[in-house]
Amino acid sequence: MNKYSIFSLARNAMSHHEKWQRAWRSPSPKKRYDAIIVGGGGHGLATAYYMAKEHGMRNIAVLEKGWIGGGNTGRNTTIVRSNYLWDEAAQLYEKSMKLWEGLSQDLNYNVMFSQRGVYNLGHTLQDMRDIQRRVNANRLNGVDGEVVDAAELQKRIPHLNCSPDSRYPVLGASFQARGGTARHDAVAWGFARAADNLGVDIIQNCEVIGFRRENGEIQGVETSQGYIESPKVGVVTAGSSSVLANMAGLRLPLESHPLQAFVSEPIKPILDTVVMSNAVHGYISQSDKGDLVIGAGIDSYNGYGQRGSFTTIEHTMTAIMELFPIFSRVRMNRQWGGIVDTCPDACPIISKTDIKGLYFNCGWGTGGFKATPGSGWVFAHTVANDNPHELNAAFALDRFISGALIDEHGAAGVAH
Amino acid sequence: MLLIECPYCGVRDESEFTYSGEAHIVRPLEPSALSDKEWADYLFYRSNPKGLHREMWYHSAGCRRYFNAVRDTVTYKFKCVYKIGDSQPNLDELSSSAKHPADVEAK
Repeated sequence: MNKYSIFSLARNAMSHHEKWQRAWRSPSPKKRYDAIIVGGGGHGLATAYYMAKEHGMRNIAVLEKGWIGGGNTGRNTTIVRSNYLWDEAAQLYEKSMKLWEGLSQDLNYNVMFSQRGVYNLGHTLQDMRDIQRRVNANRLNGVDGEVVDAAELQKRIPHLNCSPDSRYPVLGASFQARGGTARHDAVAWGFARAADNLGVDIIQNCEVIGFRRENGEIQGVETSQGYIESPKVGVVTAGSSSVLANMAGLRLPLESHPLQAFVSEPIKPILDTVVMSNAVHGYISQSDKGDLVIGAGIDSYNGYGQRGSFTTIEHTMTAIMELFPIFSRVRMNRQWGGIVDTCPDACPIISKTDIKGLYFNCGWGTGGFKATPGSGWVFAHTVANDNPHELNAAFALDRFISGALIDEHGAAGVAH
Repeated sequence: MLLIECPYCGVRDESEFTYSGEAHIVRPLEPSALSDKEWADYLFYRSNPKGLHREMWYHSAGCRRYFNAVRDTVTYKFKCVYKIGDSQPNLDELSSSAKHPADVEAK
């Protein structure tokens, strides 16, 4: 692999940028791998990368039905933060945050991670009490956090409507300065390139259509490109997790919903941070290209259609207008939907299953992007060692039976 | 925007309705007699199919009554609606009949 640097940039400029190597190979599947990851999104590619890097597994493949990063990885609003309430979640997301902080160097790929800060607004007294509690809990877990009052907020974000006369007045916010955004496509491409460099086969247009198992052990996967043998299969397929689980005869406590996002036409720099509101239900940031990146809640009904309904678009825009009346005449450029796998406690499932050698990493719901490196890191450990890392032990499938749920609806409610 | 046929009021806009999740999930008569696994199954586990889905809708800004529907979760198209207590429609028949009389077009 050619290392990307200022020198390689200069060298390739000499040859009119016509001699760049392709970033990853396009191999045909081998007959057998030591491990297979199903799903070539950010989480799947990160899993393969950390399996190769941290656990020395080189004979592994990532199978992707479409193209890498074409699902939710390319369909989210790119927000990264780690200010979750409960210890288990805070530690998992904070692990991810720490990986984000060194990710561009680690991958030798600029993922454009920008720690521009994330504000979570409070609109009621109870919101503010919850924010106090969450910031305190964050600090105890070593996650940075700050409570900001409305006057200070108005100074920091001049265009935010903090008027006491608004329908849902802004009373303050929590602020995580280390939060921010990253370039979602670059995350997929960076992990793909780095994993490929370590020998991982990334096989696109390869759909898994069944699992082969014997005596309760996984033997391999049936795919659109034929049968591939492997003693370990990790499934990281977000909205399609229930479909894959059904193929293996398993049930998951998940429901798949469309989640929409929007970008506006590019405008001059106006918003240098990320603003989210649970109460009016919307979030917004501005990309480096200048477009406003906007999202809100899921469409209420189950769906696999990768598009949503107009009522949700209207709700989202209403929320953004409430927060930023100045954007009333900005036109939206594009709208799309991804399919998110929502879990009853708004926390992921990173777990072994009843079938030996079959692992699931799913249930990230509306907020998986921020966790991409951390999710891959703990899932790689789980698959490589057939045992969860202490960071994801609490996120096992059996918590729905034992009742040890990790209720993050407060921190995850609108959060991406 | 979906047009949804309420069995009591007729065809109305999606915005008048609230989705209420998978249909025909019956609360166990004797919860204390269940194992943790069975209780978890009742509380948390759903079929979440890619295709036809029996689900409950609530006409919240209309007659305020619940009813059931079969909807395709890929096309979002309603195959049929039926009242609570009516017998469950056969999904195989619905998927084979492309033009069911109760079809409501997704617009």
